[in-house]
Amino acid sequence: MTGNPSLHLWLIPVLPFLGFLLNGTLGRKLPNALVSAIALLFTAAPLAIVANIVLSFGHLQLPYREVLAPWIETSAFRADFAFMLDPLTLIMLLVVTGVGFVIHIYSVGYMADEEGYWRFFAYLNLFMFFMLTLVLAENFLLLFVGWEGVGLASYLLIGFYFTRPSANNAGKKAFILNRIGDFGFLLAMFLLLAHFGSLSFDQVFYAIAIHPEMQGGFITAIALLLLLGATGKSAQIPLYVWLPDAMEGPTPVSALIHAATMVTAGVYMVVRSHVLFDRSPFSLGVIAIIGAATALFAATVGMVQTDIKRVLAYSTISQLGYMFLACGAGAYAAAIFHLVTHAFFKGLLFLAAGAVIHAMGGEQDMRHMGGLRKAIPITFWTMSAGVFAISGLPPFAGFFSKDAILYESFASPTAGPILWFVGIFTALLTAFYMFRLWYLTFFGESRSEHHPHESPWTMLGPLVLLAFLSLTGGWIGIPKALGGGDQFARFLEPVTGTPVHRAGASDNELLFSVISVVVALIGVFIADLMYRRKPELAGQVAGSAKGLYNLLVNKYWIDQLYQGAVVTPLLFASRYLLGGLVDRGLINGGGSLAAGGVRGVGSLVQRVQSGNIRSYAGWLALGAAALLLITYFGFSMHL
Amino acid sequence: MTIPIAWYLVLSAILFCIGVAAFLIKRNIITVFMSIELMLNAVNLSFVAFAYQWHRLQGQIFVFFVMVVAAAEAAVGLAIIIAIFRARSTLNVDQVNLMKL
Repeated sequence: MTGNPSLHLWLIPVLPFLGFLLNGTLGRKLPNALVSAIALLFTAAPLAIVANIVLSFGHLQLPYREVLAPWIETSAFRADFAFMLDPLTLIMLLVVTGVGFVIHIYSVGYMADEEGYWRFFAYLNLFMFFMLTLVLAENFLLLFVGWEGVGLASYLLIGFYFTRPSANNAGKKAFILNRIGDFGFLLAMFLLLAHFGSLSFDQVFYAIAIHPEMQGGFITAIALLLLLGATGKSAQIPLYVWLPDAMEGPTPVSALIHAATMVTAGVYMVVRSHVLFDRSPFSLGVIAIIGAATALFAATVGMVQTDIKRVLAYSTISQLGYMFLACGAGAYAAAIFHLVTHAFFKGLLFLAAGAVIHAMGGEQDMRHMGGLRKAIPITFWTMSAGVFAISGLPPFAGFFSKDAILYESFASPTAGPILWFVGIFTALLTAFYMFRLWYLTFFGESRSEHHPHESPWTMLGPLVLLAFLSLTGGWIGIPKALGGGDQFARFLEPVTGTPVHRAGASDNELLFSVISVVVALIGVFIADLMYRRKPELAGQVAGSAKGLYNLLVNKYWIDQLYQGAVVTPLLFASRYLLGGLVDRGLINGGGSLAAGGVRGVGSLVQRVQSGNIRSYAGWLALGAAALLLITYFGFSMHL
Repeated sequence: MTIPIAWYLVLSAILFCIGVAAFLIKRNIITVFMSIELMLNAVNLSFVAFAYQWHRLQGQIFVFFVMVVAAAEAAVGLAIIIAIFRARSTLNVDQVNLMKL
């Protein structure tokens, strides 16, 4: 249909799948070196293909579509195995294959001594397959396949150490909460099908575009259901509780799936279907509120966590909240921008945390770390880049993307100054808890007998690379107010359109940047005061606000609330109402009743079969007599 | 004078009922067996009576068939009775109830 050369997009997801098949079937018998070679090869190849596409991207007629084969064909509905490529897909592809490949390299070093090395890489490649399917899909149904698939891979990898009950439970928790979100996604697809007769992005969005009267109503219903799906996958309120527990998985998994790629699928999906959301200001408002609330909420919990990975997990939830805030404000380009920079610096932070844990021989509690700056300098410096980036200090990547989000949400009609204030306050908390982590881990006196050692180069190489990206990644989207050209947003414009409120309001953008930097510096200052200069101060603050501190340490008792309000009643209902009453009572009882009835009638009737010839003869005679009587009286009555 | 057909039929019915009653009451297999023969012959009597009444030959022919079947039945039945007696050393039908569950 267009003059585009064939790009063979299908190769991008299929290659990691081949790696999965090879490692999954033969991996057990192969040496570790070969397993890692297979895994790396089949993730490097898609990266190479994507890089090749980038080179020729300027000449392509967009969006580029590729229909491989019909999938479902009925008279009323049709879905194809179809892939598409546009600027948004390209960015996601670069993030997934790029960060994915880097984390694969890191895993070679990190997992070197682990049991089930081949299994780990098989799952990781499987994840890549589904994630790439998700971002390449041209219709909601194929996107959903990837969506479910990454959930599966996430489940398998969270429960990687399957001998640990906590890991198994965490995997199940993640899967079940995602299922709740998927339920919303499925309903949204049914509604789309009912109203548009198609699940293809192209057809649905075109149908919306040519019907300007479609506002609110069922569009809001679809948007809110899609949002439910997104809150499950992207760990937003109310379905976020699985992500902190997902830290049971190996650290590279936390970096790849639970920070850089999979959890951003919800953001990607919202941006991908922004045409829908744009028609429903109400649902945009809901997204903005959920995003801002999640960002603030998770940041407050992150302030008091002592497990280094859990701090990062809450930080991830918080940062995803920023992306949702941006989506809600209609600033889709800013959301994707933050998604990209977040993938860099949060991937880096997790990998660096993994290196720290590696150095400490498995210790994850920050209270037992300290003073690691001298012992593991490369990890320290690279992690510092991540800490500075997430805290929003210029010129690191996080500064630009977070600034774009805050600025646009202030100006947006669906977000507004209140949510902007929540966002800016969260930025303060972010700077505080990240520098708290930094000081607790790397500064002060060592609080452990362990002798830390620097990680191997397979782990440090990815750290250095990601640190470089965390420093420079934001420069692709420097706003005009700071002397840049806002290239990132312009690159995405064919997909996201230009936000209306953007035009003309750039005079005070500099002011907003200054405010956010000042706020971040305040956060850094407080952390510096409490955890470096006066370490005893932290305890005093916690002691003086005991109620608040307890609330935060216990994560607002949300887990307990869900346990009490949902899990226990559900278990009770299924055990006693469904299990006891319906299963054992109705179904089992009904069966027993039928069987008992048949047995009772049988025991009554079997008396006829006495074995006594004369009784048989008697019955025979009686029967004959009865027949005679019936015929006689019957005839006489009719005649 | 001709005897009305009703008399034959009544006699046949009486004989048949005696046969049935004997079949139900008697315990000795041989007596039971004999009562069966009695029932067969009661039926034969009604066949012959009707044949005579309507001047048809079929009834008479049927009687021959019944007698042939009765003879064959007697042969088989007596063989069974002997077999039972050998196995059980009794001819009481109430004790021949091995078929009972």
